Amino acid sequence: MIGDTPINAGYLVASALFIIGLKMLSRQQTARRGNMVSAVGMLLAVIMALLNSGLDYRYIIIGLLIGAVVGAVAALRVALTSMPEMVALFNGFGGLASLLVGWAEYEKTRSLWADEPASAGLMMLIGTALAVLIGGVTFSGSLVAWGKLSQKLPGRPILFPGQQVLNLLIALCALGLAVAFIVDPAGMHVPFLVLVGLSLLLGVLITIPIGGADMPVVISLLNSYSGLAGCAAGFVISNTVLIVSGSLVGASGIILTTIMCKAMNRSLSNVLFGGFGATGGSKGTAAEGEAKAIDTEGAYYVLEAANSVVIVPGYGMAVAQAQHAVRELAQLLEGNGAQVSFGIHPVAGRMPGHMNVLLAEANVPYEQLQEMDDVNAQMDNCDVAIVIGANDVVNPAARDDATSPIYGMPIVEVDRARAVFVLKRSMASGFAGIPNPLFFNENTRMLFGDAKASIEALVAEFKEA
Amino acid sequence: MSVDMLLFFTFVLAIFLGFELISKVPSQLHTPLMSGSNAISGITIVGAVLAAGSTDNETIRIVLGILAVTVATINVVGGYLVTDRMLAMFRGKEKGETR
Repeated sequence: MIGDTPINAGYLVASALFIIGLKMLSRQQTARRGNMVSAVGMLLAVIMALLNSGLDYRYIIIGLLIGAVVGAVAALRVALTSMPEMVALFNGFGGLASLLVGWAEYEKTRSLWADEPASAGLMMLIGTALAVLIGGVTFSGSLVAWGKLSQKLPGRPILFPGQQVLNLLIALCALGLAVAFIVDPAGMHVPFLVLVGLSLLLGVLITIPIGGADMPVVISLLNSYSGLAGCAAGFVISNTVLIVSGSLVGASGIILTTIMCKAMNRSLSNVLFGGFGATGGSKGTAAEGEAKAIDTEGAYYVLEAANSVVIVPGYGMAVAQAQHAVRELAQLLEGNGAQVSFGIHPVAGRMPGHMNVLLAEANVPYEQLQEMDDVNAQMDNCDVAIVIGANDVVNPAARDDATSPIYGMPIVEVDRARAVFVLKRSMASGFAGIPNPLFFNENTRMLFGDAKASIEALVAEFKEA
Repeated sequence: MSVDMLLFFTFVLAIFLGFELISKVPSQLHTPLMSGSNAISGITIVGAVLAAGSTDNETIRIVLGILAVTVATINVVGGYLVTDRMLAMFRGKEKGETR
């Protein structure tokens, strides 16, 4: 692999295309072309791999064909509302592939190592162990994330006594096996298979205690892992393009993870080991007062007179599938002369950028989707803020109440708007059970009912007028 | 410098490059960035092709190799297509025809 100059030149070009593609992906104007540039890089890398001499193409073609058909059908047919779980699933497959590459290479070379242990390079052994370990955790962890996001598994944290001790023990066992394997791979066939099993088990165990609202962090972290697993596989076969692109993905995943953690004002270890929302402890000062309800007719009269409206969506909007109705309402408000923007909290929803994807799918123009800080800067001039299925991300206790468990988390400060409408099924508290004083504010009105039905009723009011 | 050392060198530099490359991404692009970089992590397909193509006729290795190529291809093809679908939806006012 190392030493074949034309093929390596191709890999180098592919790596450069990934770098350019990623850079372009981080700007709106160039993002779509960036994705294509990176896809061309991938195609080039695969062609280069196929050019290696002495390959038996039969098995390769079977895999390529099945994979291409399954991948294309899944990607083109999935409803855009199911995007989070689809991304989780694809991510898991990437991890599984790295695990399998590590395993297959081990099966290929282990007879050599038994005769001649010195022939195994240190980096290759470390790469093999890590490809299996990280790849396995990525795969089974992503499967659990997929189950939680598609509501095939319960979204709340699954906790049991001694969980963290058990996880720690299994992690230590896996690490111990990995080190033993690296030190002397000869005769390690059974321990190697145990390592595969432990990695898969570990992925499940560290993902199940994480609650639905923390999913954006977990998904970004698993994204990073899949890159690192690919990178480890690169050390197994001494291949630079795997190492470079795996590292890029690993780093970008870490950056996203950090952004998500900051948006919740929590540390990564708190997210991973906190079992947030399931433990007891302080819930903060209970809000007092009486929430004031409003009906759609009353809400319509206020909105009809509003000059500036901010809509703040949350996971509830996704659950109610209300995005199309919301877009229609936004258009009617604009037609009525109001300035409409969407205030999007970085962790609203179940994956990074979830709300943006949903609203873009409903044809909300990109310019209206604004970041939290930009919306907050204009909040004092906002006539009406409409909160749709969001709770913690608009909770003023995060700013005002030092005893609240979410104190310090940046929020969309809708309470500074002249009027706030909160669309909510009932007064039941949110996922984490944290009291939200916003509901009892002087300028807040609750619009009870299914979010989609409420918005549609408002749309009907506008159309009748 | 040994091959191992060179590879490690490459790894460290690429990690730093990755951090520099994507330090400032607007939150609107978080999902496509994640999905697009996820497709890149399917690069392990190169390793899978080499594993599936080696000619030692060992059953377990063939099975693992085919499986690896299959799932890596799903990751690559699915990842790029889903990302493209998502990015096609992000359009501005002047271009959106349904507005």
